Amino acid sequence: MDKFVRLDGLVAPLDRANVDTDAIIPKQFLKSIKRSGFGPNAFDEWRYLDHGEPGQDVATRARNPNFVLNQARYQGASILLVRSNFGCGSSREHAPWALHDFGFRAIVGESFADIFFNNCFKNGLLPIVLPKAEIDALFGLTEHSPGYRLTIDLAEQRVVRPDGHAIPFEVDAFRKECMLNGWDDIGLTLRHAEKIREFETRRRAEQPWLFA
Amino acid sequence: MSRTLYEKLWDSHVVHVEEDGTALLYIDRHLVHEVTSPQAFEGLKLAGRKPWRISSIVATADHNTPTSHWELGIQDPISRQQVETLDANIREVGALAYFPFKDKRQGIVHVVGPENGATLPGMTVVCGDSHTSTHGAFACLAHGIGTSEVEHVLATQCLLQKKSKTMLVRVEGKVGAGVTAKDIVLALIGRIGTAGGTGYAIEFGGEAIRALSMEGRMTVCNMAIEAGARVGFVAADETTIAYLKGRNFAPKGDDWDKAAAVWRTLVSDADARFDTVIEMDARQIVPQVTWGTSPEMVTGIDGMVPAPEDFKDPVKSEGVARALQYMGLTPRMRIDQIPIDKVFIGSCTNSRIEDLRAAAAVAKGRTVAANVKLALVVPGSGLIKEQAEAEGLDKIFIAAGFEWRQPGCSMCLAMNDDRLNPGERCASTSNRNFEGRQGAGGRTHLVSPAMAAAAAIAGRFADVRQLS
Repeated sequence: MDKFVRLDGLVAPLDRANVDTDAIIPKQFLKSIKRSGFGPNAFDEWRYLDHGEPGQDVATRARNPNFVLNQARYQGASILLVRSNFGCGSSREHAPWALHDFGFRAIVGESFADIFFNNCFKNGLLPIVLPKAEIDALFGLTEHSPGYRLTIDLAEQRVVRPDGHAIPFEVDAFRKECMLNGWDDIGLTLRHAEKIREFETRRRAEQPWLFA
Repeated sequence: MSRTLYEKLWDSHVVHVEEDGTALLYIDRHLVHEVTSPQAFEGLKLAGRKPWRISSIVATADHNTPTSHWELGIQDPISRQQVETLDANIREVGALAYFPFKDKRQGIVHVVGPENGATLPGMTVVCGDSHTSTHGAFACLAHGIGTSEVEHVLATQCLLQKKSKTMLVRVEGKVGAGVTAKDIVLALIGRIGTAGGTGYAIEFGGEAIRALSMEGRMTVCNMAIEAGARVGFVAADETTIAYLKGRNFAPKGDDWDKAAAVWRTLVSDADARFDTVIEMDARQIVPQVTWGTSPEMVTGIDGMVPAPEDFKDPVKSEGVARALQYMGLTPRMRIDQIPIDKVFIGSCTNSRIEDLRAAAAVAKGRTVAANVKLALVVPGSGLIKEQAEAEGLDKIFIAAGFEWRQPGCSMCLAMNDDRLNPGERCASTSNRNFEGRQGAGGRTHLVSPAMAAAAAIAGRFADVRQLS
């Protein structure tokens, strides 16, 4: 996993609540057995005017000019600004894979769905929860200031606006360490292999039917 | 100290705790399907790692499998590749059980686990699928996980998890005739919203939950994720134990008695404290129908489509306006005046034998309305299909004009050929009414199996309680 330490990036707003993972990456693209290549189909049904299928060359497809991420001013954005309950629905990790592949490295919003939130941390994509008033202000600033950027400092746990206003955010210490160092969870967990074996031996003795 | 069931399940699986409270939870059962596992198996192989405990794995192919013309195999080459990749991975790695495409016991992973007794009370269960919460019906701690976590569980038999807050949803009283588990859970989501349970583990309790069969409890727990909760569960009782007796992977002989004694302790202590308690009166719940593009956009069959201006929050109001436009509905339209094009009875929410019986009871001796282009019945597994056929349910459906299909996820998410065309409106027993969920441009209304059958007969939404 890529390290995440500090990010200075262009902000793109997606001003709707309850954006679900079916919208982030529609089901037909889940048939891939790879982890990469989902970016061109992120938000496929909103982003293109035709119906997308796997294997198409997206350069030949008509874009929906009304979809915000298609606007010239948001090209190259690495921070996605969202509302509440972003990433609800299906557990598909293809959603953070698609957002990361699209170019996003952080998502700033009012709230996130649990599984999506968790999946982001496994992929170097930092989800940040900020108070509603801050999010409302950021939507206004992004809308009215072309080229609007934010700086995200994970070590210091703050989002800094160009006007210097710094907004603190919470992140679990363990997740933060993993992101800052780009650590692989599995490698970390296997340091406890002996404890896992002990636990398993005890459980097998107590409730052997769980190991049938 | 008194504990909730969540705390008991949690405490009994903690292997290690980090300073910030992040815990390593031991995983008893790992359910695997073809969509979210290939990258995990590949990652494991690339890192030179071996699965920790093969006997925890139960696998099946369900999302991509066709529900008709099995003799032709899987026609879509990329769907076929995904299913064949699962075949190859399980062949290489091994599993306690694998129910491949066309196997008699193949079916939706959340149906197959419980019916084979592979989901047992007190277990931690994971699957790369958000509807893993279904297994909470057996007093399990069942988490839907992402593919990185699938790989993590394969490699370490553990899940990294932080403790959730606890919520008790207590549904007291008895539901009226024609009101089902699906209506209870939709009514709950309508009340607390799709983010109402975010960060919580939900325990469902109260008289109306206790009165549900295991099938009904699975329906309720299945949709905990639609209320935002990653896990939902019901305490174990005699209904739980009776359901499991004699099932394939359930304990036998002396072990059965010992297991049953342990299972009877899987309840919240009487004086346990929950972070939040939601009280619902079962008598007030009427058959539910969703009208929008989020499961929280729901009302009773006796209700109307709302107007955007009914909602003060501008983000919500705009969301409602967008949903009504997508759904092709106008404010104040009566729900029972909305005509439908298709009907889908199936999915991990409502494809079990009790669901099929409820739908067949409505369909019996009646005919699907002329304006309904397709009414599909997709049993949750091969075993359910077999049982339904033994009871003659297939004949009832076929006589009424429904199609009787092979098991799988089917039109719940339309990864196979079963789907809505743009603009088509469907009465569906599945769990998500998101834009495009059942096919690009498709319009989904979530209902119970009895209400889906009633809609098929009437050609529009109809109150199943008023069918004579």
